[in-house]
Amino acid sequence: MTDHSPEIDNHSGVETTGHEWDGIRELNNPLPRWWLYLFYACIAFAFGYWVLMPAWPGLPGMSGATPGILHASDRAKVAGELSALARDRAALSAKLATLDAASILKDPQLRQQALALGESTFGDNCATCHGPGGRGGKGYPRLADDVWLWGGSLADIEQTIRYGVRSGNPKARVIDMPAFGRDEFLKPAQIDDLVEYVMHLSGQPADEAAVARASQVFIDNCKTCHGAAGTGDRSRGVPNLTDADWLYGGDRATIRRTIFGPRGGVMPAWGDRFDPATVRALAIYVHSLGGGE
Amino acid sequence: MSAARESWLMRQQKKFEKNTLLLLIGILVVVAIGGIIEIVPLFYLKNTIEKVDGMRPYTPLELAGQQIYVSEGCHVCHSQMIRPLRDEVERYGHYSLAAESMYDHPFLWGSKRTGPDLARVGGKYSDEWQLQHLIDPRSVVPQSIMPPYAFLAGRPLDLSTLQDEMRALKAEGVPYTDAMIASAPADAAAQADPDSEFETMQAVYDGIAGRKGSVQIRNFDGQPGPPSEMDALIAYLQMLGTLVDFSTYQADDLKNQR
Repeated sequence: MTDHSPEIDNHSGVETTGHEWDGIRELNNPLPRWWLYLFYACIAFAFGYWVLMPAWPGLPGMSGATPGILHASDRAKVAGELSALARDRAALSAKLATLDAASILKDPQLRQQALALGESTFGDNCATCHGPGGRGGKGYPRLADDVWLWGGSLADIEQTIRYGVRSGNPKARVIDMPAFGRDEFLKPAQIDDLVEYVMHLSGQPADEAAVARASQVFIDNCKTCHGAAGTGDRSRGVPNLTDADWLYGGDRATIRRTIFGPRGGVMPAWGDRFDPATVRALAIYVHSLGGGE
Repeated sequence: MSAARESWLMRQQKKFEKNTLLLLIGILVVVAIGGIIEIVPLFYLKNTIEKVDGMRPYTPLELAGQQIYVSEGCHVCHSQMIRPLRDEVERYGHYSLAAESMYDHPFLWGSKRTGPDLARVGGKYSDEWQLQHLIDPRSVVPQSIMPPYAFLAGRPLDLSTLQDEMRALKAEGVPYTDAMIASAPADAAAQADPDSEFETMQAVYDGIAGRKGSVQIRNFDGQPGPPSEMDALIAYLQMLGTLVDFSTYQADDLKNQR
């Protein structure tokens, strides 16, 4: 550098780099001060960051990056936040998980909290099938009425939520109707008659001659589960055929399709996804929707 | 003014100024330094991918489903990445681990959530729901803005490219064996048919996962016959997030803390 004697541009009075392009000389203006100091500040910040935060990835053989003296970790942070949340909810969770249903419903504050927790959990997880507010849909039972396939007591609802229906869980609620058509237990004509019989059972207009023909078929094939009067059996999840509530639909085509082959609707088991208190809160919420027993 | 009177730095600058190719290479080298320091260590650090039990390569049917997931652009609206934030863990479950996408090429973490995160959607809904939702999303979720994918239901799954895909993944380090690749088309069909002889295929993939029940055998779309694209996509969705056994995962192990 010692041999560098600067050349000064005549017009601006600024030192040039000495580089010339077709007669134009490059001025060697200094960097703006604010920029330069910011640059130095960034370098200083980086040194501080390396010391405080996880920064350098380390050499081969090291298990991880340098941890930094603050030991900052997103995973540790979320674990801490979750356990703080669990602490905040501990009182509620303990009461929900241990108290029996009747005492929960009697305590207005506890009931309120359970309903709030149940409602938010329901909205994100259950409403996708059962609809907002449990209004149901084709194949997904309406929870806002007093018609229950597997029972509408708090304990019944809770068991259904925890283990699901045909979910593959060993304790799941399972009932399988035979595939009378697909597996050829019944002839098409017999199924046609049975459709009329089920229409008749549920109080809809039906072909009387077909109903008469089907009564023996019903006794031979359906009575064991649905009962002689077709009122079903809630202890086993057998639907009542005499009311106006249908899971898949009460028109002729839908009934024929159901007799032809069972639908085998599945509800997942939620016991592994939620803690016991959340399952209990969900049960209380569903119980409150209109038909709780 | 003679060149000898210029400083060394100025002489170097002159070279870069007068030679654009050299300037370009110089820029590349400088920019690459940051990238190399950030990326290269991930290939040898032990805690890049956590040690977890249960991960296995996707079955042929799930892999075909993943291809459909990518080709239909599901990842454009759905992420597969639960971040370690309280609200996300509360809603979606345990935050995603790197190990959970170790067999994804490319990974499908996504960067935008128009729809919900799908990292743990497996088992959350029934097959019927998935089918109905893919055919007509608004029939089950009235406020949904997802387009319908009903056309997947009638479309037979093309099994002819499956083995090539598995070979490509094997070259990228996914532990498919030659036997697994050889039986892939048959395995794909078997997984969607509970009446088939699926036991061998199930045992192979469960064996790598180290536990029983990691392979779900069902007629996912409820339709008889060879598997449809719908079968593959639902099989893939129902597997998502179900592989890692979180009961054995040590989240508080120091090397898993970062």
